[in-house]
Amino acid sequence: MSDPMRIRAVMLGDQVDVKILMSHVMETGQRKDAEGVVVPAHYIVKVTAQCNGRTVLSADWGASVAKNPYLSFRFKGAAKGDKLTVTWTDTLAGTRTDEATIS
Amino acid sequence: MKPLLKLFLQAIVIGLLARSAQADGSGPNVAAAMRASFEAKRQATMARLTQDETQRLCTQHAALPLPRKVAARITALNRATVKPPSDGAYFGDLKNGEVIAQTGTGLQSSDDPAKPAGGNCYACHELAGSELAFGTIGPSLRQYGKLRGNSPAVLAYTWEKLYNSNAQMPCSNMPRFGARGILREQQLKDLMAFLFDPASPVNQ
Amino acid sequence: MTRRARALAGALGALCGLGLTTLQAAPSTEDAIAEYHAMFGDENPAELWQIRGEALWHEKRGPRHVDMSGCDLGLGAGVIAGAYAQLPRWFEDTQQVQDLETRLVTCMTTLQGLSREEVLKIKFGDGEKKSELEALTAYVVTAAKGAEIRLPMQHPAERAAYALGQGVFYYRAGPHDFACATCHGETGKRIRLQTLPKLTEPAGAQNAYTHWPAYRVSQGELRTMEWRLQDCFRQQRLPQLKFGSEVAIGLTMFLAKTAEGGVMAAPSIKR
Repeated sequence: MSDPMRIRAVMLGDQVDVKILMSHVMETGQRKDAEGVVVPAHYIVKVTAQCNGRTVLSADWGASVAKNPYLSFRFKGAAKGDKLTVTWTDTLAGTRTDEATIS
Repeated sequence: MKPLLKLFLQAIVIGLLARSAQADGSGPNVAAAMRASFEAKRQATMARLTQDETQRLCTQHAALPLPRKVAARITALNRATVKPPSDGAYFGDLKNGEVIAQTGTGLQSSDDPAKPAGGNCYACHELAGSELAFGTIGPSLRQYGKLRGNSPAVLAYTWEKLYNSNAQMPCSNMPRFGARGILREQQLKDLMAFLFDPASPVNQ
Repeated sequence: MTRRARALAGALGALCGLGLTTLQAAPSTEDAIAEYHAMFGDENPAELWQIRGEALWHEKRGPRHVDMSGCDLGLGAGVIAGAYAQLPRWFEDTQQVQDLETRLVTCMTTLQGLSREEVLKIKFGDGEKKSELEALTAYVVTAAKGAEIRLPMQHPAERAAYALGQGVFYYRAGPHDFACATCHGETGKRIRLQTLPKLTEPAGAQNAYTHWPAYRVSQGELRTMEWRLQDCFRQQRLPQLKFGSEVAIGLTMFLAKTAEGGVMAAPSIKR
């Protein structure tokens, strides 16, 4: 069971300013441990954000995104009180969805 | 109370505390506390906590200017450890010298003891002009050989400095690379080439 | 170069446009780092530890099945607001000068009945191996944000800890003759491109001490004072500093006292 995402979504004029902190090891699959054994890859490959029934962000990630990724983006077409849902999926078919209310 | 006055008074209090701590034996037994507070880890053994005479004197006189007699004792002690190159030749491989200057690992508990230690020169010194990630704890060594030439005196001075910095500067921040066995003779020669060779990036 | 260092360098490169190509490398790097920090705003991956710590604080744990509300960090049972800013200090119940981390261990063992071994099994986290102690530390430290560091040092044991810390600060040892003072005894110096605070004066000590614990981007972990001290000694080529040892507490006391008057800003974010 992974740690929840920290999602902050606030209105900035007519845009929603979103900041998301995700908890994930983001292992590239190239690192070796202390014994010299390769640590298997385990990283987020897809991030999507939905609001009012539409996808407002769809991101395809690779191994170069840092551990505990911090994502920030803005979108239009939503208002205070609307719900933002964020989902990530990783290389081991792990997934996590969290939501936040736009304030 | 005015902030400046407060700061001033704080400084006095700290100064007084400092003096009381260093007073003749009534202060803390640092060596004993060190022994009790550490444990061996891989190549970093407890023996490393035992100070040699240089370390002991430099610690004792840490916050104050070094008395002349103590300075003389330290330089003499350390000059005696300097060994010239066994074949009399100062210069090795400048490319390897560059690697040694760039490498910051060696002798830490986290390091592989089988790998040769680096000198980590760039941690403290500017060397090749093309390398911007340099430290400022030590003076710039940019164009070292170009500026000094390679007379026997300069070569001997530089070798001594690398081998044992305290032979010239008592209580120097610079490690005693040769004397303490951090770098081997060949590595010191490689560094000499890196510093002096006209073709070295240091001298461009 | 590690993946994380590459990620940071990439971010800096994007910000600077050209990366480190000018002789003013140090100031422009600092500007770039400041800009990078500004991008985070109030966000900081340290929050992930803080949230975990808050949950742990309120969870009934151990054989005694109690939460940490009975834990006295010097300001009374359960009081965490500003607690970090008055530590280390003498505690009557343990008859010891303790820092936050050792005090948390005291509470987890005496109040909750957890074994010392269990509590200290993972002192410093590593990826999936998460440290509860680290999380609790992050939570308590966050509650001291904005608080002024105040260490009256009325108890003789506190003054003794300070004196020891100061003595250790200048103790030269190991194959490289390194003392804390070797790197932290002068102003305006840096190792490679990392500026070094002078820790023996208020300005430098405040700069450093008010920003630890910190999220270390290069490690992807939140790191505490106890971690920082033992990592310094590793780099000094010395053996392993023991957790909660006399030297660890003494140095923390010395640094905190020298930083007195500084305002806590931790947990911060660092390279």
